[in-house]
Amino acid sequence: MAVSPGECLGLVGASGSGKSTLMRMIWGNYLAASGSIMVGDVDVAKAAPREIIALRRGTLGYVSQFLRVVPRVPTVDVVAEPLLTLGVPVAEARGRAMALLAQLNIPERLWSLSPTTFSGGEQQRVNIARGFVHPYPALLLDEPTASLDAVNREVVLSLIEGAKARGAAIIGIFHDEQARARMCDRLVDVTQFTPKAVQ
Amino acid sequence: MDTSIWAKMKTQPLLSVRDLSKFYGGRIGCAEVNFDLFPGEVLGIVGESGSGKSTLLSCLAGHLAPDRGEVIFATSEGPRDTVLMAEAARRRLARTDWAYVHQNPRDGLRMGVSAGGNVGERLMAVGARHYGQIREAAVDWLGRVEIAADRVDDRPSAFSGGMQQRLQIARNLVTGPRLVFMDEPTGGLDVSVQARLLDLLRGLVREMGLSAIIVTHDLAVVRLLADRLMVMKGGYVVEQGLTDQVLDDPQHEYTQLLVSSVLQV
Repeated sequence: MAVSPGECLGLVGASGSGKSTLMRMIWGNYLAASGSIMVGDVDVAKAAPREIIALRRGTLGYVSQFLRVVPRVPTVDVVAEPLLTLGVPVAEARGRAMALLAQLNIPERLWSLSPTTFSGGEQQRVNIARGFVHPYPALLLDEPTASLDAVNREVVLSLIEGAKARGAAIIGIFHDEQARARMCDRLVDVTQFTPKAVQ
Repeated sequence: MDTSIWAKMKTQPLLSVRDLSKFYGGRIGCAEVNFDLFPGEVLGIVGESGSGKSTLLSCLAGHLAPDRGEVIFATSEGPRDTVLMAEAARRRLARTDWAYVHQNPRDGLRMGVSAGGNVGERLMAVGARHYGQIREAAVDWLGRVEIAADRVDDRPSAFSGGMQQRLQIARNLVTGPRLVFMDEPTGGLDVSVQARLLDLLRGLVREMGLSAIIVTHDLAVVRLLADRLMVMKGGYVVEQGLTDQVLDDPQHEYTQLLVSSVLQV
């Protein structure tokens, strides 16, 4: 399969069919046994760790369902961190993080607190802010609208539309059928890739 | 900046380790270790007690003489095997390009000397002589590790464990090293103090472009700090790779056991 700039491809298939596995192989935290996964000119299936780290730094963004952060680090710094690793000055990075947190309706009084104690929906939005704070040319979205209310769901969908409009290539898993229909230009059923039992 | 030159610089390893082995009589300390560390990379080494991770770190940092193998460091005069270096040259590296953060801050600090003196001493060891500048640098570094300026004349024995560890880090980083060795840097600290130290280390690595080798048994610490991971068992490296790949999709059965043994909170 392939995804073009500005295109959103949706992965579908029953639970356990391998949607998340495929996405993690593209991200590089699951090892590919064979084949190739080209993101730009980097083959994730064969790349050295530092090449994958460089890829994640500037090219490939990932909104996972889990928020993994150093405890006690304020939310605004959690969101600004991807920019700091790219060398963006602190004030600018924090400014962009704050703008995105405001857009995602995270109350300002929470910005200075660690997101580890936030509700599921708030953590989800912090994860989304981290994934959209830098304009990654390629994005992986694992259930970006799960556990969000209607207002915030709309904000997230408009962020995804914005990313598509600026030319990002996106691969997403959406259980939310309306969101999937609105975001995805194409669907790939991963069941076709699932290993079949040999008789 | 010319990006091609930058890319080329980045592809020269800072440290190249080849077939490194250390034996204690007939027992294996560590054996046949091979890896490259690149500028700006943080490498985690995990394993249980007795897996050889501390022996390996000591051989890399020149505290132990390996029985076999090469430890090639990119010195300012080009790549040199630190195993074959004269003791004086290796000591000079340890004062300038390298830093070593001990698990127990008492092993890395001079407990009878003030906090400012502990930081200033490293600067004087590399030739700083101007008292005002040394004190200014010491106060600046104490601030960066979140130790208040009014504690500069206190002795480390009056500090908490977490403060002592931050002071040890300031003492080590004040001379602007390129490679930092850390042996269980968050071991023995309360979890809340650990979190603060992790955040501090991440920030310093990012801002200074440091390379680091961190030995720990704590998988949560390496997930948050290390780009790459090596898993050791019985003196051998059984698996290495991108940190989240080794932790999320471990290939060796020992790593699978290690990852599945972690208590979930």
